[in-house]
Amino acid sequence: MTAPILELDQVSFAYRGGVPAVSGISFAVEGGRNVGLVGESGAGKTTLLRLLLGLATPSSGRVLFDGAPLDVRDRARMRQFRRSVQTVFQDPYSSLDPRQNVGRIVAEPLRSLGIARGADAAAQVAEALASVGLPADAASRYPHEFSGGQRQRIAIARAIVPGPRLLLADEPVSALDVTTRIQVMDLLAELGRSRGLTVLMVSHDLSVVAALCQRMVVLQGGRVVEQGETTAVLGAPREDYTRRLIDAVPRLPA
Amino acid sequence: MREADGSLLPASGPSTVTGRADAAGRASVAGGRRSVTLVVGLVLVGLVVVTALVSLLWLPYPLSDTSGTRLEAPGAAHWLGTDKLGRDLASQLMVGARIALLVGLGSVVIAAAIGILLGLAAAFASGWVDDTLSAFFDIVIAFPVLLLAMLIVAAQGASLWSAILAIGLGMSAIVARLTRVLAKRVLRAQYITAARTSGTSWAGIVGRHVLPNVWPTLSVNLALQFGIAVLAEASLSYLGLGAPPPNASWGRMLQEAQATVATAPVGAIAPGIALVILVIGVNLVADGLRDVADPTRRSRS
Repeated sequence: MTAPILELDQVSFAYRGGVPAVSGISFAVEGGRNVGLVGESGAGKTTLLRLLLGLATPSSGRVLFDGAPLDVRDRARMRQFRRSVQTVFQDPYSSLDPRQNVGRIVAEPLRSLGIARGADAAAQVAEALASVGLPADAASRYPHEFSGGQRQRIAIARAIVPGPRLLLADEPVSALDVTTRIQVMDLLAELGRSRGLTVLMVSHDLSVVAALCQRMVVLQGGRVVEQGETTAVLGAPREDYTRRLIDAVPRLPA
Repeated sequence: MREADGSLLPASGPSTVTGRADAAGRASVAGGRRSVTLVVGLVLVGLVVVTALVSLLWLPYPLSDTSGTRLEAPGAAHWLGTDKLGRDLASQLMVGARIALLVGLGSVVIAAAIGILLGLAAAFASGWVDDTLSAFFDIVIAFPVLLLAMLIVAAQGASLWSAILAIGLGMSAIVARLTRVLAKRVLRAQYITAARTSGTSWAGIVGRHVLPNVWPTLSVNLALQFGIAVLAEASLSYLGLGAPPPNASWGRMLQEAQATVATAPVGAIAPGIALVILVIGVNLVADGLRDVADPTRRSRS
């Protein structure tokens, strides 16, 4: 039994002078088993993601990467962590620097993590762009020339280029229209298979989670109220709150 | 209060969402217009720069040459006539170009160096450091640049360099406040978080993301400051606090021509027009350069 890639152990976090945003959170992300993190707005999903990314340090509890606590002062290990854990954001407009061309945007992790430079980096960028279904000439163009779905593909290319094992996706499709949403979901599933990439997806959309994630964690008011296999949780929710989330999914009239 | 800063500026992101074909069409129209802006600006500034360069090598008359008839009308011997001491006005105007450019460049460099540094510091800082710096900027800005410059020059003694320093310091608070607001807006963007999770250092984030994204707006403001600096020096000289004689700044030429403006109007009109040419030229260049540098305005090839 290998250690989980990322694990939260009784993690709490409070913003300065505020009530705790999340408290006593424990769950693990194991390789090959996608996790869906669901909950309403304000449930603490974004805070949890910042903790998982090492952008915030928990007030109490531990964030474990490959079984050992994450320490932002340990540069070499943080580099290893950044290389293994990458992110896709919700808003494909705000997540790409408008003044850099796509080639530079996608190459950023390679350059910043000291993985590759120059022609070597360019080749890896081209490979990443191809695997998210973007044309090769995209590298020399600028973000504003692309649609929302294409921009999200660029963001995914940037995330996969350093060869991560885990992708943290913060509502990656909620800003996209329905058909584009399905394409991007398919892409994430396909990347999971072809690259051995595990996805932790933050979402408030249960249908998206059901389609992609084997496990799910339900968050309410900064606490985990239910977690387990997606089929089990959705099939027989133990918590009222989970039932309400399920009932909130719009269905086509029979 | 800090939250409000972002909303003062137009959101640039979502506007690019709508119709890309439409955007491309607009870009080519704008392309034609911006090249005209840039060319006209470059011609105007170039005129002043060439004049300044020529003045280094050759002048119709030395500045201290008072051999001409006093208040002579423009003619073959003196193109723009002479002032009340019989000095050649064309020669003074040429030397004035040199001084105007020096003042503009020098004070903008000082203002940019101090302003960008402090502005970035305030943008990155939070809490009381940011509040203190912001309050400091606001206090400095509350005083007109000219008044600050007068205070500094009065304390330092009138010289060209103390005028440049004074104007640059006075303007640096304006640059700092603008940089702070622009940088704060950039720092809130998700691409900064993306850069952090990509392992980019804070220095890298400033160099690769923050500065390139604040520069378009900042550079236009710096060009405006250039114009303001030239005018401020002219005002200082007009008040006798600028570069002392025999340096012929356009401001002092205006002041000296003031008494005789009814009988010899060219002495006032010539430096006035020169000032207008330089200030408009710099603004046009800034406008044109911003459009060229902005990828969202560049037409697709």
